[in-house]
Amino acid sequence: MYTPHTDADIRAMLEAIGVGSLEELLKVPEAIALKAELDVVPALAEYHIARRFEHFASKNAAVDYASFLGAGAYRHYAPPAIAALAMRGEFLTAYTPYQAEVSQGYLQAIYEWQTYICLLTGMDISNASVYDGATALAEGAIMALNANGRKKVLVSRAIDPNYRAVLKTYCDGLDVEVDELAVLADGTTDMTALESAVESKAYAAVALQSPNFFGAVERLSPGALAAARASETVPIAVVTEAISLGALATPGSWGAEIVVGEAQSFGVALAYGGPYAGFIATTKDHMRRIPGRLVGKSVDNDGRTAYVLTLQAREQHIRRERATSNICTNQAHCALIATIYLALMGKTGLRDVAALNLARSRELATAVSSIDGIDLRFDAPFFNEIVVDVHAPAAAVLAALRERKILGGIDLGRFYPEYATCILMNATELTTSSEIASLAAALGEIVRVHANV
Amino acid sequence: MSTPTFDKTQSPLIFDLGQDGRANRYVDAGKPLEAFLPKDLLRDDLPLPDNTELDVVRHFTKLSQRTFGIDLGFYPLGSCTMKYNPRVNDAMAAKREFAQLHPYAPDDLAQGALQVMYELERSLASLFGMAAFSLNPSAGAHAELSALLIAKKYFRDKGETKRDKVIVPDTAHGTNPASAAMCGFKVISIPSDERGRVSVAEIEKVLGPDTAVCMMTNPNTLGLFEDHIHEIAAAVHDAGGLMYYDGANANAIMGNVRPGDMGFDLMHLNTHKTFTIPHGGGGAGHGPVGVAAHLVDYLPTPVVRAVECHPELAEGPSAPSDRMKFTLDFDRPKSIGPMRSFWSNFAHAVRALAYIYANGAEGLKRVSELAVLNANYIRVKVAEFLDTPYPEICRHEFVASAQELKKETGVKALDIAKALLDHGMMAPTMYFPLLVPECLMIEPTETESKETLDVFIGVLREIVEKAKTNPAEVMAAPVTTVVGRVDETRAARQPDLRWVRA
Repeated sequence: MYTPHTDADIRAMLEAIGVGSLEELLKVPEAIALKAELDVVPALAEYHIARRFEHFASKNAAVDYASFLGAGAYRHYAPPAIAALAMRGEFLTAYTPYQAEVSQGYLQAIYEWQTYICLLTGMDISNASVYDGATALAEGAIMALNANGRKKVLVSRAIDPNYRAVLKTYCDGLDVEVDELAVLADGTTDMTALESAVESKAYAAVALQSPNFFGAVERLSPGALAAARASETVPIAVVTEAISLGALATPGSWGAEIVVGEAQSFGVALAYGGPYAGFIATTKDHMRRIPGRLVGKSVDNDGRTAYVLTLQAREQHIRRERATSNICTNQAHCALIATIYLALMGKTGLRDVAALNLARSRELATAVSSIDGIDLRFDAPFFNEIVVDVHAPAAAVLAALRERKILGGIDLGRFYPEYATCILMNATELTTSSEIASLAAALGEIVRVHANV
Repeated sequence: MSTPTFDKTQSPLIFDLGQDGRANRYVDAGKPLEAFLPKDLLRDDLPLPDNTELDVVRHFTKLSQRTFGIDLGFYPLGSCTMKYNPRVNDAMAAKREFAQLHPYAPDDLAQGALQVMYELERSLASLFGMAAFSLNPSAGAHAELSALLIAKKYFRDKGETKRDKVIVPDTAHGTNPASAAMCGFKVISIPSDERGRVSVAEIEKVLGPDTAVCMMTNPNTLGLFEDHIHEIAAAVHDAGGLMYYDGANANAIMGNVRPGDMGFDLMHLNTHKTFTIPHGGGGAGHGPVGVAAHLVDYLPTPVVRAVECHPELAEGPSAPSDRMKFTLDFDRPKSIGPMRSFWSNFAHAVRALAYIYANGAEGLKRVSELAVLNANYIRVKVAEFLDTPYPEICRHEFVASAQELKKETGVKALDIAKALLDHGMMAPTMYFPLLVPECLMIEPTETESKETLDVFIGVLREIVEKAKTNPAEVMAAPVTTVVGRVDETRAARQPDLRWVRA
């Protein structure tokens, strides 16, 4: 229970308060008093808790399989120094740094996170984090909606389906429509369609993901950027694989005004989907529309450098229903982990990781596409994910791979009925050549069986 | 790069440290990027510092030493439930089989994770009297938004689209009206009565065919139990509206009274408050959203579905959930949809469940009782030297006001808060709720001992006495911290939100 009270403490405290019992302190009207028997898990001593969770852990066999799963959550190497630092109790058990004088360390770390995100995305400003990549997209879209008062947003169909679904959840609340742009045969977004769509001046924003859900590197074409600017449509870039920021031209360099994304790849555990760390970065023009916490550098009463939460007039605890967002708690600790990751890797390490991801995914692409009956669905330049067409039901092929202890990737038919024979595969620096060889051998056998049926 | 400063009061930025050529070797050297992609798709420059691991370890260790957490001392931050965070929770969450589990792991290879989610969901549903919870939302405000989206969709399906008003008491957290606005609802703020509570009469004044949701926190942010809550719920239901329970203060009611029995249709929990998930300096949180039976179909996706499949395990020591097989259910046509990229802040679900296991139903009841005991003990002692505007039994927190002290001495709530920092304690929540002038909102939690509370009370008494004899000294606080009071006006007027190379 983690409570220190002795019976004598309780008696003395009740006496000081002037009540006879704990029951008296917690009296409620009879009409609502608890009558049900509570059905919660039983109380266990700590070593039994450890055994119980050992039991749960033993039922997650997926961690022992060779994995080519990506699609918005990526396996990367995380140096042990990250956990050693981030799990320090001072960081772990602090609240949001409202009292700046005793929170200088955390505030500085968030200021460093904001800087890293700006340097990586080519933007002027970053906030202190949002829940995850998908909510970052929704919040980014809301920034654009607030900027120009329109009631529609335009998104590429090559944006992660989960992100588009979350955007739709948020937009349903705001009575905002979401329209989608088609994907071309090479796996990138139809820029011509984009150019003509934004001409209507109906869209607050147009969002593009790079690398997109299929792994393809995207950018606004010069024509599309010109059309977006002419129609005052805010270009939003989505980044789900943050390692790509160590290699690819920044979204800022091709015209994005808001960059949203997911920093899980920077040392944050997969943890079956969370917690991760969303980021939102933007230009100076949109500074006052950014949601959530911002840390600023200032001075103290002696002129010493000091950090503090700032521009709080945007936020819910001041502005209530007129706030830029309802967000309060964000993902500070995951952002701290990402900041430590970036500090440890530095430019050399991040570039090396990016290069290894490019190398391993090309090795994977070569291995699978050399199998008879299998080819790559798209041919646009890619980062670390590929779409593999097995010309058989992807779900069945993946099930057969599972029997060989391989998680071969994502069945694209789950999200795109037109790609039901396609598997989204990911390789990172952790993917080994022998895993790739085993996958290719197994795939070869499986598609031969399917071809003969 | 510039020479780092070694002044103990200054900490150089990571960007001012490091040298090119000091990289750590975590991974193999990669080929030049041009080997893989056309040059025009690549960035020209990656302006990040290269630091040795030792320098990075020292940097962040020093930053940690400039940060105050529960592990360093008393943290009576009202409405935040800063209780001890047991380390076993983190150890369980860090297990390889949880930490390395990919969210797209097939259900049959992730049964343990799904069982954790199922056991947590079922335990919360029973504890709070809801039909079901979804563990999807990422934090309290996110869960509020989910709940209001559920309400919006529910009324739309019933054809009651004119219901566009959300009723929010003036004591509500700022997230309540902000979440309502994100669903297109209009916010009606209602005043508290002289007892610091919402009266049935005030609610009835604003109820009507346009009422969608009434959002209540109980106990409210004054720490007072809304003792007419069932009558308020009945009135809202008679008007066709839904009742929403803001669970930020759930630490005051466990095993004592349930939102479901109070008449609430929707609720959220901040498991990072009530269930000992570390706040981590402002997140990640974890915000399960719970609903009564008529709203289950609207919960965000996915939800964990369980089917009994191993009846042979009925004998012996196994738990009921050990006989079940679990799937993630995405096929829910009435759902509001997903609120986030993946299923849940799962690592936090592990922590919350470990905490429930440490307590069981009886233990959680005791937790709330002792949280209330601690708050009342401080309240009666503080009332000896500071104004407590609602001098009656409170729940897990209470408010004091420095209004009289300010009139008398010039010392404000802010000054008291800063002076506490000099004594190695966190300050209470200040200037909230808004209806109490010079408000200090104090929540001790149940994990603090009587000795700690006595020290806090003594320090607070000393500060108030000092205010009367030497107010300037209190107004100069803090003086023992690494920096003094920070110029917030300058921070807002000349925003400096990132490092730029000099």
